[in-house]
Amino acid sequence: MNLKILKFTLNGEPIEITVSPDDMLVDVLRDKLELTGTKKGCGKGECGACTVIINGEAVNSCLVPAMKTMGANVETIEGIGSPEKFHPVQEAFMDLGAIQCGFCTPGMIMSAKALLDKTTSPTSKEIKRSLSGNICRCTGYVKIEEAVQAAAEKMREKQ
Amino acid sequence: MLQDYLFPETISEAVSFLQNNEGQARIIAGGTDLLLDIPEGKVKTNCLVDINRISELKKITMEDGVIYIGAAVTHNQVAGSELIQEKAAALACAASCVGSHQVRNSATVAGNVCNAQPAADTAVALVALGATVEIATPDGTQYALVEKTYAGVGKSTIDSTCQLVTRVSFPAARKNQGTAFVRLHQRNALALPMLNVAVMVELAGGRFKWARICMAPVGPGPMRALSAEQALKDAEITPEVIEKASRAVLEHANPRNSALRGSKEYRTSVLPVLVRRALEQAVANAGGTCN
Repeated sequence: MNLKILKFTLNGEPIEITVSPDDMLVDVLRDKLELTGTKKGCGKGECGACTVIINGEAVNSCLVPAMKTMGANVETIEGIGSPEKFHPVQEAFMDLGAIQCGFCTPGMIMSAKALLDKTTSPTSKEIKRSLSGNICRCTGYVKIEEAVQAAAEKMREKQ
Repeated sequence: MLQDYLFPETISEAVSFLQNNEGQARIIAGGTDLLLDIPEGKVKTNCLVDINRISELKKITMEDGVIYIGAAVTHNQVAGSELIQEKAAALACAASCVGSHQVRNSATVAGNVCNAQPAADTAVALVALGATVEIATPDGTQYALVEKTYAGVGKSTIDSTCQLVTRVSFPAARKNQGTAFVRLHQRNALALPMLNVAVMVELAGGRFKWARICMAPVGPGPMRALSAEQALKDAEITPEVIEKASRAVLEHANPRNSALRGSKEYRTSVLPVLVRRALEQAVANAGGTCN
């Protein structure tokens, strides 16, 4: 096997790691970098639990070969907030109960963050479109949409 | 198992990487289909050639009335492009229907064509637009109509182990031309099309000058409704003419019973309705009326 040196920016820090050409990004994040906030659900790009942001766009990390991120800027749930200082989307999910078992939550939050990085005045349609690839099997999506709207409002206030 | 992952900087370098690997390497653009096919054994390859660093493949441009979409351009880039929305509305709509938001951020339109699924939404729209693919090969550049790249279900005439689609092109809709895309699916997101229809029309003095109608999945690839197109040629734009042409599409449609997409009977009943709606929308987009 021809192992490769992969260099990219992860949550603002430069990373250098040895990967196999067939390693998927989700597995490198979880198994090699121990960033288990990114969840692996279906592994087929259908559930969105593994959503991360690459160069500003939300993508399924189960369908991204790790090598594809060479030189890219990758953001995961671990990089957007901390227990000391949550991201407005994380705060809104907690405040408004937009969460049950939590398995889909990191993916939901990353999809929402990618949207709110582009606009802090999203329409309901834009929120729904941005979250359309994130499946939640516990609950409905109403509270989740409300939380994204609330986060957008908070972000607008701070601007 | 993959042994290597390469980043060509130019088109010629990409083709030479493929050549050097003698059929064992394969192009990756978005990878959202390929990375499912490799573990399932549907595609065998030991090296991926990633074209996302070739800057000329990442652009949507228009020259002399022709729109060019580079092979590394994603569905969301096409769906969000004002140029495509204005000059090829059917394609913008089709691109916005594929997979999920995350999939559309990775998956490319050229890849949708190369994967050769019969109901690939953007391929259906591209056939209606009369689109051509430009293919870089070891023997030079080749061109093929999108509708001629289907060699069977999931089989393309484009061989991604030695050839690279560089861009897809089609004439921008002119005044008096309109396009439309209509899709039937079980839910609004992350759903395969039960049926999809794309049309392009040109109008002149209250008449259709010509129409191109493409529909899927009702055959091994996107199917042209040639009888209906013939019926519309130079015909007056009336609800009766559109209704008759819409029913005529069934001559070229053979939907199968499918647990995912619905029964043959149901889809046979619904297809003419979708074609009628697409024609009405395209006529409106071309500045005409159906009365």
